[in-house]
Amino acid sequence: MRDGMKYWKANLRLIIICLVIWFVVSYGFGILMVDKMNTIRLGGYKLGFWFAQQGSIYIFVALIFFYAKKMSKLDREHDVHED
Amino acid sequence: MSLKALTFLVVGATFALYIYIAIRARARSTSEFYVAGTGVHPVLNGMATGADWMSAASFISMAGLISFKGYDASVYLMGWTGGYVLLAMLLAPYLRKYGKYTVPEFIGDRYYSKAARLVAILCLVVASLTYVIGQMKGIGVAFSRFMEVHYAVGLIAGMAIVFIYAVLGGMKGITYTQIAQYCVLIFAYTVPAIFISLHLTGNPIPQLGLGSTMANGSGYLLDKLDLICNDLGFAAYTAQKMSTLDIFLLTLSLMIGTAGLPHVITRFFTVPKVKDARSSAGWALVFIAILYTTAPAVGAMAYMNLIDTVQAGPVGVSTNNLEYSTRPDWFKKWEETGLLKYEDKNGDGRIQYYNEKNKDFAAKAEAEYGWKGNEMIKIDNDIMVLANPEIAGLPNWVIALVAAGGIAAALSTAAGLLLAISSAVSHDLLKGVFTPNIDEKTELLASRFSMAGAILVAGYLGLNPPGFAAQVVALAFGLAASSIFPALMMGIFSRRVNNTGAICGMLAGLGTTLVYIFWFKGWLFIKGTNMLPDTPDNWLWGVSPQSFGAIGALINFAVALTVSSMTKPVPDHIRAMVEDIRIPAGAGKAQSH
Repeated sequence: MRDGMKYWKANLRLIIICLVIWFVVSYGFGILMVDKMNTIRLGGYKLGFWFAQQGSIYIFVALIFFYAKKMSKLDREHDVHED
Repeated sequence: MSLKALTFLVVGATFALYIYIAIRARARSTSEFYVAGTGVHPVLNGMATGADWMSAASFISMAGLISFKGYDASVYLMGWTGGYVLLAMLLAPYLRKYGKYTVPEFIGDRYYSKAARLVAILCLVVASLTYVIGQMKGIGVAFSRFMEVHYAVGLIAGMAIVFIYAVLGGMKGITYTQIAQYCVLIFAYTVPAIFISLHLTGNPIPQLGLGSTMANGSGYLLDKLDLICNDLGFAAYTAQKMSTLDIFLLTLSLMIGTAGLPHVITRFFTVPKVKDARSSAGWALVFIAILYTTAPAVGAMAYMNLIDTVQAGPVGVSTNNLEYSTRPDWFKKWEETGLLKYEDKNGDGRIQYYNEKNKDFAAKAEAEYGWKGNEMIKIDNDIMVLANPEIAGLPNWVIALVAAGGIAAALSTAAGLLLAISSAVSHDLLKGVFTPNIDEKTELLASRFSMAGAILVAGYLGLNPPGFAAQVVALAFGLAASSIFPALMMGIFSRRVNNTGAICGMLAGLGTTLVYIFWFKGWLFIKGTNMLPDTPDNWLWGVSPQSFGAIGALINFAVALTVSSMTKPVPDHIRAMVEDIRIPAGAGKAQSH
């Protein structure tokens, strides 16, 4: 049970890290700071526009696989993995 | 062969393919019929989830909204993908561990209350039904164009086909059919995009083409588009038009709604392992992202081609405006559906399309060019994706393919939603709450009746839809966001939220969101019964009805936590259950259903 608690804490920490990135790339770069980001250019894209219509989606995909990989490791470390 | 015949052929061939796969898969193993996904590789499961998820809103409607809204339509792009991050981290693995299969079942068990289950059923039916209205709009658009009839006739034909398709039933549960649907859908979406990107920018990859220079040497595509918009009195394509608050809340509402939609969550109940629930969400998003990162290019390029057709050169030179009598064939065909309308306001026989709401520009246009108002009096945004290959002059087989893709997208999602509604009514409501002794035959009959009822209601409201397909669907997401997502998340992440708290929270979230939507869209979406006109200056703090789901979700969380702290604590065996679903060990085999 104690280990279960530790595992849950570690999981929560990982979720928070991932969701901070999730928030920054979409709500941050794509919405709240879009005007600032748009002063930088990526080819024909303004960077804020790129994050809003392309970049954030790529990062979402990467985040899920990162989380899944880290969690598989955590599952084993805390011995709560499925057989 | 005429386009009409070719379209019927391609749509018919894809239907035959789905049915063939369904029958073969069934013949091979009857027992696997209902078990969507078990034993299926996470990659394939992700592909099937993608087909389930991408609907008429994604396929037909979204790029059209991007065309006309530019940057502002980013809300749909981020909103409908970012939700998978929440799903993978906050819900899917734990719901898989819990191991039952419907959302109301989980809520009923976790909050140890039949009333909670009932409320969850109510939330599910309201959100799913709204979603089906959006699908009906998309199906109506597709059918009306290719049967060359009015939108209303197309819609009724579509309703009949959805009914037959959904009542065939089990087909939806067969993962391999959905994999085929995904392939048709993504092929149909990307092929024209590649053609058009190559034609406009010389780059075959639409995601890169959108950021490239024009092949005719007139600079970057997006810069050109900004200029064109300005020349016609519109705001720049890449500029923000909605308020930042509204963009923020709408994106949030779509994201948490994604994670709260019952037909998507259900897919993760049936993956082989908890581990797979996480990665399966990732694979689903990969396949969704292929379409979602292509859509901005489709939207921008379709708009560019549309403007090029009606306004062939600099504004003000009258010969640059398309002469109505020489309008292309696709223009005439779309006029027949009633979704595209032209009115010669200044009697010059030419088409002027511009932003007449921009007072300065309209005054200048009248004084200098003799324009007496925007003459494209109706361009339904939902026609853009289907019209796109025709506008670009692509071969007929591509146009037929796009029709098949759009119909596949709408049908797979509509069938999935109707199944979710009917299982909520027959399995959760009748068998679970009211008449536990109901026999299988009556249960099946009840599910068919609820399905037919849902199609009729959705079809009726689809005749007078409260918005474009993607906007109607956005309302459904707001409803799911405000009711189901918070209840599920608190059920896993909090051990304190009790039965009374959860019920009050769900009712408060759903109630406020529903009232806010009906206030501006009309009670039960019936036109003319709205309390205030649906315009930004009437909205509370400038929050549109589509965006309100995020606030509804906040209300749900706040009410549930407050009420829980004032009422009886959660019993020990429920606490133990919550602790158990948090760890993967001991997960049973996936439930068959």
